[in-house]
Amino acid sequence: MRPTGCEANMLDLLWLIPAFPLGGFLLLVLAGWCLPRKGVAAVGVGTVGIAAILALMVAVAFALSAPTNHAYSQQLRIWFSVAGLSPSVSLYLDALSLIMVLVVTVVGFLIHLYSVEYMADDDGYCRFFAYMNLFVAAMLTLVLADNLVLLYLGWEGVGLCSYLLIGFWYREPTNAKAAIKAFVMTRVGDTAMLVGLFLLFHSFGTVQIQEILQRAPQEWAAGSTLALLAAALLLAGAVGKSAQLPLQAWLPDAMAGPTPVSALIHAATMVTAGVYLIARTNVLFTLAPAVQSAVAVIGVGTLLLGGLSALTQFDIKRVLAYSTISQIGYMFLALGVGAWSAAMFHFVTHACFKSLLFLAAGSVILSAGHEQNMLRLGGLRRELPLTFWTFLIGACSLASLPLVTAGFYSKDEILWYVWSSERGAAWLWLGGLAGALITAVYSFRMVFLTFFGKAGTLVTHRNGTAIRVPLIILAVLSVIVGFVQLPDTFGDVRLFSRVLDTALPKVVTGAVSHATEVILQVVAAAACLVGIGVAILIYLKRPDYAETLAETPAGSVLHRFWRAGWGFDWLYHQCFVRPFLWIARVNRNDFIDLFTDAVSLTAGLANDALRITQTGRVRQYAAGIALGAIVALWIVVLR
Amino acid sequence: MLRREDAMNSVFYISAAVAILSTVMVITRLNAVHALLYMIVSLLSVALIFFVLGAPFAAALEVIIYAGAIMVLFVFVIMMLNLGERARTQEALWLKPGTWMGPSLLALVLALELVYILAGTGVTPVTPAEITPKQVGIALFGPYLLGVELASLLLLAGLVAAYHLGRRAGQSDSGTGDKS
Amino acid sequence: MASLPMEHGLILAAILFSLGLAGVLVRRNIIFMLLSVEIMLNAAGLAFIVAGYAQGQPDGQVMFIFILTMAAAKVSVALALVLQFYRGFKTLDVDAADRMRG
Repeated sequence: MRPTGCEANMLDLLWLIPAFPLGGFLLLVLAGWCLPRKGVAAVGVGTVGIAAILALMVAVAFALSAPTNHAYSQQLRIWFSVAGLSPSVSLYLDALSLIMVLVVTVVGFLIHLYSVEYMADDDGYCRFFAYMNLFVAAMLTLVLADNLVLLYLGWEGVGLCSYLLIGFWYREPTNAKAAIKAFVMTRVGDTAMLVGLFLLFHSFGTVQIQEILQRAPQEWAAGSTLALLAAALLLAGAVGKSAQLPLQAWLPDAMAGPTPVSALIHAATMVTAGVYLIARTNVLFTLAPAVQSAVAVIGVGTLLLGGLSALTQFDIKRVLAYSTISQIGYMFLALGVGAWSAAMFHFVTHACFKSLLFLAAGSVILSAGHEQNMLRLGGLRRELPLTFWTFLIGACSLASLPLVTAGFYSKDEILWYVWSSERGAAWLWLGGLAGALITAVYSFRMVFLTFFGKAGTLVTHRNGTAIRVPLIILAVLSVIVGFVQLPDTFGDVRLFSRVLDTALPKVVTGAVSHATEVILQVVAAAACLVGIGVAILIYLKRPDYAETLAETPAGSVLHRFWRAGWGFDWLYHQCFVRPFLWIARVNRNDFIDLFTDAVSLTAGLANDALRITQTGRVRQYAAGIALGAIVALWIVVLR
Repeated sequence: MLRREDAMNSVFYISAAVAILSTVMVITRLNAVHALLYMIVSLLSVALIFFVLGAPFAAALEVIIYAGAIMVLFVFVIMMLNLGERARTQEALWLKPGTWMGPSLLALVLALELVYILAGTGVTPVTPAEITPKQVGIALFGPYLLGVELASLLLLAGLVAAYHLGRRAGQSDSGTGDKS
Repeated sequence: MASLPMEHGLILAAILFSLGLAGVLVRRNIIFMLLSVEIMLNAAGLAFIVAGYAQGQPDGQVMFIFILTMAAAKVSVALALVLQFYRGFKTLDVDAADRMRG
């Protein structure tokens, strides 16, 4: 239903939002090699910038015009029509996808701007911006998709771009291996998701998401096998893409890509595609309570795993990677207890502060001559003041420093709903709380190791405007974005959830008293402060205490275990890689080769046989001719 | 009463026998010159057969060119090579009875096939007629003129090739430089 | 003139031809091989003459003349080659020239 007025024209521009980055990609691929660097940057950043502006305009129009069902649908064309399946390239805009579009385009634009300076020395400048533009286009397709097939197209598109960008510096073999690892692991999830899509299409005869979500409660009973199966398969896809248990091992290795890539893809947007998927198909998860509980359990397990691993890493980017895994665990936890809008709120704040942290870390890395080991950095707060302050703001937001940071409000809301929701449980809340403590410890560990203490590496590069501006903007956002959703105790601002409640169901809470809420908030705030205190104690005041702890027998075992990502790489190597290699080795000379070998063998044999006739002797050739004549005459005679 | 045709037929059969016998001798002799002489006998009998078949011009040509020029050429070359007794013993070595088996078999099969084809077609009666050289000449310079020209070209080519190929290695072309 | 059935003449040509073939296949001396080839050519010419006799046309003799011309040219070239062969290989064994084997 199209709203009237000039807002209607505004909303019609929806298709331009993914179209501009896609156009940028095509332009850079076809003609980028002949554009100067400035031209490439203008195209690469400009298209995403225009998309961001359009997104803002569309958001304003959407807010003002309030279309029916709080959703706007724009059909562009029928994609294909085969045997009853005719998905169309159509875009669906509601509050959920609008939030995602805004985050992707605005944060994406800032990161593209940052990359102009970060990647300025790289030979693959044009290729980089082409891939980044393609990624933004694919991500926008994913979130704006009206039907499952188009969503899957976007899903695969972001997976492809992730592979291309992780392995951007492909001449280094480890980078290529990391890219393949990421792709293969997410592939496992993608395949499960595809089976889930088949199941949904088979059951409902349509791929339109909204239609499925409307019909599912009517046709499937809650807890029925089909619902459980479909939800579980979709969960598998989400787990793969969002790097949760058990498919989380690819994300730390994905840090082999350039830092802007890590910021955009592996912090702010692609890894949250799983969260988006679950939020979008929330009806199916509500119909499958067991799977929804599994989501929460996966969330809490991952956040603890990620947090403890982040505590022991020395590479600054790997800390942030494990931190991302952990924070998305929080989002999964929220989804698992039915707090849909809280999960999205945390997604928005996380996008802001995590990309800020990555960009600031990138600035550190660039300034220190590509040094990523925190033990070799140090004392940088005097040399890089802007980076220090923005990093500090990001770390505070990550640690959810009470009252002043956006991270506090979003994490607090999640913890509140984990406790109070009908589907929540106390042990889940405890896990979240422990995670909050650990988060505070490792985020300030990062700050202290990198910016305080003795100077480690010399600073060789000073940041230009293209790096400073995004850092400042993201720092500001990391603080103020939280103020759109304040809990009861602080003024009960419900801007965010009110918007999202038009698209997502409200969380069902049990009866919890106001006092409990205050106590919980205080406890959560205390956890954060205790964590910061611990970090100050260990890493600022007595830096060698951490070493001593790590050298105790229990400590060293735990340290190595957590450092290796809880042994998942080793586990997968034993369970999957080694048997596969064994099978491949054993089956090296399987009979399939025989078919092709037979051809060459036959040719060789025939050649050797015919060689016998080539004796070089004239009389034998003459005998051959005579024989041929005899045979020919014989055929004539026989006729 | 012996008709003229019957007499001629018997001449044909006798000459045929002579031709076959002498051809067998050609291929089995060890001495090259002997083989050549038997070849000449074979050619002469074939010339007689030509004559009996009403082709006197062909008969004359067979004698003059085939037996008279080509065979003599062979004789010249053999004498030029001057192989002597060594060649004869070598031929004896090469012509063991065992080596005859394969080729004889092949030739026999071929001959049998050809004979079988020919014998099976029945007997075609022929009205004898002599074809004079004049008729042959008219045919040659009438419809077969092109063939005559081509034949002369072929002879020219053979002439040049034989001269060129027969030279000793190192012989200079024309006397532009000093012969050392 | 003879009133011979054509087939008899052709049979004679066939027999001579196979004799020549046997000679080509069994003799190792080049001179004898060339001689056997001459036998074969002669047999072919005989076949043409027999055909011309059967039809009462001069075409058979014309064809024979062409064969004769060709045989003459061929023999002269071949004997020149034999001379070169002998100078090169110092023998008239045709099996000595088997370098074109595979």
